[in-house]
Amino acid sequence: MLRNSRTERLVALVLVAPFLAIYLLAFVYPTVQMFRISFTDAPLIGAGQWVGLDNYLRLDNDPMFRRAVWNTAYFVLMTVIPGTLIALLIALGVSRLKGRFQATVLALFFLPYILPVSVVYLIWDWTLNFQFGIAMHVLDWLGIPRVPVFKSRAWFLPAVAGVTIWWTAGFSILLFLAGLRSIPVEIYEAAALDNSTRWTTFRRITWPLLWPITSLVLTIQLILQLKIFDQVYLFSIGGRPNDNMVLVYYVFQKAFQQNQGGRAAAVAVTLFVLVVVVSVLQFQLLRLAERRRR
Amino acid sequence: MNAMAAQRWTFWGGIITALTLVWAILWAFPLYWGVISSLKPDDEVIRPYIELWPETPTLENYISAVTTTQIGTWYVNSVAVAIGVTVITIFISMLCGYAISQLRFPGRIALWWLILASFMVPTSALIINHFVLVANLGLLNSWAGIMLPQLIHPVIIIVYKQFFDQVPKDFREAAVMDNASEFGILFKIYVPMNWGVTTALSIVCFIWTWNAFLWPFLSVTRTEMMTITVGITQVNDAFGVYYARQLSAAVLAGLPVALAYLFFQRRVTEAITLSAGIKG
Repeated sequence: MLRNSRTERLVALVLVAPFLAIYLLAFVYPTVQMFRISFTDAPLIGAGQWVGLDNYLRLDNDPMFRRAVWNTAYFVLMTVIPGTLIALLIALGVSRLKGRFQATVLALFFLPYILPVSVVYLIWDWTLNFQFGIAMHVLDWLGIPRVPVFKSRAWFLPAVAGVTIWWTAGFSILLFLAGLRSIPVEIYEAAALDNSTRWTTFRRITWPLLWPITSLVLTIQLILQLKIFDQVYLFSIGGRPNDNMVLVYYVFQKAFQQNQGGRAAAVAVTLFVLVVVVSVLQFQLLRLAERRRR
Repeated sequence: MNAMAAQRWTFWGGIITALTLVWAILWAFPLYWGVISSLKPDDEVIRPYIELWPETPTLENYISAVTTTQIGTWYVNSVAVAIGVTVITIFISMLCGYAISQLRFPGRIALWWLILASFMVPTSALIINHFVLVANLGLLNSWAGIMLPQLIHPVIIIVYKQFFDQVPKDFREAAVMDNASEFGILFKIYVPMNWGVTTALSIVCFIWTWNAFLWPFLSVTRTEMMTITVGITQVNDAFGVYYARQLSAAVLAGLPVALAYLFFQRRVTEAITLSAGIKG
């Protein structure tokens, strides 16, 4: 087929241009700027002096930064693997159901995921309210003393992690269901003929065949939870945010509350590099594990 | 399989189904509880025992939320921003996806890798420089300012490319024979053949934008420019907290996306699975 390649290039340029313009303006340029100002002492708005690696070296002795790293890691630990397992269990339960019944049950599990974080916050702030929350009535009934969940340092992050799992599980459930649907029924029929128990069937068939999806869910969850901010910020309103410091919150505090753009950018670059390294690394590790399995 | 084994299987099967159902109801209970509490008068809300249904259902919390806060204005802001972002994002992604899928041009592969790689970049790390950029453009506290950093969804381009790749080449060749222009081919063949995917992507793009918190929260300081997801968390009463009223504001904020999901359940789940790179 004959193609006029000059016209084709011109058309391609016109088609790609709108996206490319916005991409360069709102994505590439801010990324480059972030790296640049992290080597300066710039305020949030305005120019600063070049300070070399000073902003990064300071992080080493910054107790608040350490707390942010530690809390973020703790939060990741409490959400990624437990959240993935819970979603897998729910997906296994839902996948057994049929037709409209399945759609209804799935909708009950999925609805939280579709809601804005502020709605999730208001609902759980009310449910776990120390004075009037329905969860506290349940604790009273069980004879357990009430806990001011979001005002207590020990309970804050685990509670936010629980709410986060509740909020985001719907997405993972959906992916697991798609994965389960793609496993051929014949394999299960063959297993049933061999009198395979439920557990053996799961361990020998479902789990290995589902592994690509599981690794995908784990990666997506990990990257998502490293960026935790919204829930921590919202549940800290009226509390003590410094106790529950996480990385993005620290960027926000340094830049927008303390007007230290350069130092905030150093934290942001750290997070940026962390997310990129982790996602590349985890992707490679999971691929290796997958290959060994075959 | 012998008879006893078969019976045991269905017995356990029944138990698992029952557990799943109970779990689903408990899972969604906080949502129910939030809605029910918002329909109770002030004195009923704080009763020290559990009432699963309001004794005297009332809309007074909703009326109070609408009349004492700027919730109406926030609604308009949210609708404008979500529709704006959706229309622009879908349009530019459609064009770009078509070019990468169907045209040969220098830099095509580089552009494709750039789009794939941007998946890994955490946009929440860019908040400082998004703020500086939008401030320098004079767009803080404006719809355009809220929209600008949200216009990039590489995943939508990827999905479009995959779907355009699957359109049989014959259609294209026939159109080229007829001297149709590239724009003609895109808008008369490729787009109409993929309306389903466009609808699905538009709905989830609307939902994502409606639900966005961090950026709208940072770029707006004036109460009357807030989107609803930010507004309902920022305005507290000087005279104590009205739980039921806050909950009614939350119900109003969640309603459009919840309805969008319930009406277009299949489309929404399809688009979300697609956005994770899986063919549903």
